[in-house]
Amino acid sequence: MTRFVERHPAWALIVIIAIALALWLIFAVWPPGLEEAIGRKRVFLNAVFNGITLGGLYFLVASGFTLIFGLMRNVNLAHGSLYLFGGYVGYAISASTGSWILSFIIAFILTALVGILLQVIVFRRMEGQDLRQTMVTIGLSIVFADLMLWACGGDFYQIQTPSWLIGPVELPLITALKSSGEPVYLRYPLVRLVIFAASVVIGIAMWLALNRTRIGMIIRAGVDDRDILAATGVRIQIVFVLVFALGAGLAGIAGVVGGTFQSLSPGEDIRFLLASLVVVIVGGMGSIPGAALGALIIGLAEQLGSVYIPTYAIVVTFLIMVLVLALRPQGLLARR
Amino acid sequence: MLKGSVGLIALSSLLLSGAAMAQEKIKVGVTATLEGTYTVLGEDGIRGHQTALNVLGKKVGDKELEFIIASTDATPDSAVRAVRKLIEQDKVQILLSPLSGDEGIAVKNFAKTHPELTFINAASGAQETTYVDPAPNFFRYNMDGAQWQVGLGKYAYETKGYRKIATVGEDYSFIYTQVFGLVLEFCGMGGQVTNRQWVPLGTKDFASVIAALPDDVDAIYLGLGGADAVNFLNQYQQAGGKAHLMGGSIMIDQTILSSKGNAKNALIGTLAASGQADTWEDPGWQKFVKDYQDAFPPNKRFPSPSLLATNYYGSTMALILGLRAVNGDLSDNQSKFKTALAKLEIDAPNGKIKLDSNRQAIGTNFVTEVVDDGKGALFSKVVKVIPNVNQTLGYDPAVFAKIGLPSRTVPECKKY
Repeated sequence: MTRFVERHPAWALIVIIAIALALWLIFAVWPPGLEEAIGRKRVFLNAVFNGITLGGLYFLVASGFTLIFGLMRNVNLAHGSLYLFGGYVGYAISASTGSWILSFIIAFILTALVGILLQVIVFRRMEGQDLRQTMVTIGLSIVFADLMLWACGGDFYQIQTPSWLIGPVELPLITALKSSGEPVYLRYPLVRLVIFAASVVIGIAMWLALNRTRIGMIIRAGVDDRDILAATGVRIQIVFVLVFALGAGLAGIAGVVGGTFQSLSPGEDIRFLLASLVVVIVGGMGSIPGAALGALIIGLAEQLGSVYIPTYAIVVTFLIMVLVLALRPQGLLARR
Repeated sequence: MLKGSVGLIALSSLLLSGAAMAQEKIKVGVTATLEGTYTVLGEDGIRGHQTALNVLGKKVGDKELEFIIASTDATPDSAVRAVRKLIEQDKVQILLSPLSGDEGIAVKNFAKTHPELTFINAASGAQETTYVDPAPNFFRYNMDGAQWQVGLGKYAYETKGYRKIATVGEDYSFIYTQVFGLVLEFCGMGGQVTNRQWVPLGTKDFASVIAALPDDVDAIYLGLGGADAVNFLNQYQQAGGKAHLMGGSIMIDQTILSSKGNAKNALIGTLAASGQADTWEDPGWQKFVKDYQDAFPPNKRFPSPSLLATNYYGSTMALILGLRAVNGDLSDNQSKFKTALAKLEIDAPNGKIKLDSNRQAIGTNFVTEVVDDGKGALFSKVVKVIPNVNQTLGYDPAVFAKIGLPSRTVPECKKY
């Protein structure tokens, strides 16, 4: 941090000013002139919160993707299919048992199993052949998409939000003052906050596991140099299977989350594959903090874009990706 | 070698018999949105089509009708692809297509490249389809989106006392046409439409749209359909929304009113207008509801047919009655059949329908309110029936032409 400030004082200043401005926009009561210029504060705050919570969902999908890439140098283009598969499993479980929590557990286990099968049956056979693996995963994603269309049909599924999560909560953020001077607080859907909190917890747990545990140490070593790690006697294939299972399971969980606050249908697999590709390209391939930052940026860009420049909202995301690729092709938080 | 030639003979005789069979059959291609946002609409459309076949039968004179169904996803290119496939691969002679607004405009334009065939619109309701440069071989036996909103603005203004409303709608031709009809009437009465929000078809995340809904209006009009409407209602419930609502013709429809979960309860009391009303007491309508219910087990259908089922029923009915009028004679590029269709008046479940000079339906419209039947099922209850609604909505055609075509900003909120 201090090194960054020393090396790029001008950039550091710009970042600090931007953060201060963002904080002011979020916490201050907006003067009437500003409300006239860019609309009501409630809309802005909602868009920001939506962006952050959507970022949470993107993080869940992209973290598994980036973890698998970081360790195995394997661009798994069937990752979106794992997302959709997890979502359908979650829907089936929650519809038959009525338990939302159980649907997460089962979706995680089943998608992790699919991940293990993929690793053992497919990827182990073509280790180190990046292009071949990528082509195979594209093929698999098409096969999976058709199988799921066959099994679940073209309909939309929505996982029922448990009743204790329905409805809004009041946040201690003032959106406006009534004429009597009484503050109006922001009301925000509880379910999105809970989902965001859960993705933060998962993110922190992953960071801790990677940085504070023995298995995390092995994975980090594997990311740096697979061959030396294997030479030290670690059974690298087991580590691979474990990481693939975890990455796939996370995509499955994300499917349940996505099915709860959005909905599941054919085509979602591609949408989320694309989103996670953009996220990891922006954040840096193979980096967990990078995935978090990328997810946040893309989520915010999508939501703020859809409110303030609805016609061009879809372009903003890709504009960011182009900018990052042009200025910092390895991604914002990637190590060289 | 012998085996091979025997096989070849068997195969060719099969093919020959196939060709001989085909002469006694009339092939009809049907498209419906069986993928994407409007899947449930397409599925119920096909149910309406099936119900019509159950009631009217598949025989015309000594010829048998054969139907081939193709799937689309509400985008114009998917509709043209499906229609092209039906014509070129399946060799259909008549098309019953398509379901959705943008598809309708595309298929109408495509119809001009096949003047020898006949196109009967299945359910699409964009105004442009039959109003601008209509295709001579394209017939529409359902009203367009603007006709389906007749009566709503007046009822909201006079009976409910709404003065200011805002709209949220999907960003494509059918919803433009619906908002067109609403704005024309509501603003003509003196009401104000303060804000029109448009969301892309297939939007998943409505949170920011919901946050941007104005709260200084009397009601919010929702022009959404299928999965978009269900997504919107779920997120509206999660956000704790409480505004008065008004709905378009595919928003207040069994496709939404019988969706899973309890988010739809936000719609109780919502005003809407459409080409049908679930609780209409007309015997023809009641018979249709019963035919529909008898045709499918309760878990494979809605409690009452949706607008799409009704439209597909009506268009299938027109097809069969038109063919019967000429005894299945499709000679001379189907010219007799086309003449018969243009003159045809059908006694559809949702009222009498006849065609104008653009081959566009003139029919009956219904203003409704959503009620709970006491057992948790929602229905649209009829509050007003308006007969003889034409495409210019009762305006002088010259005045109507000046308003412009439905779009994001047309019509302006004023009296024309």
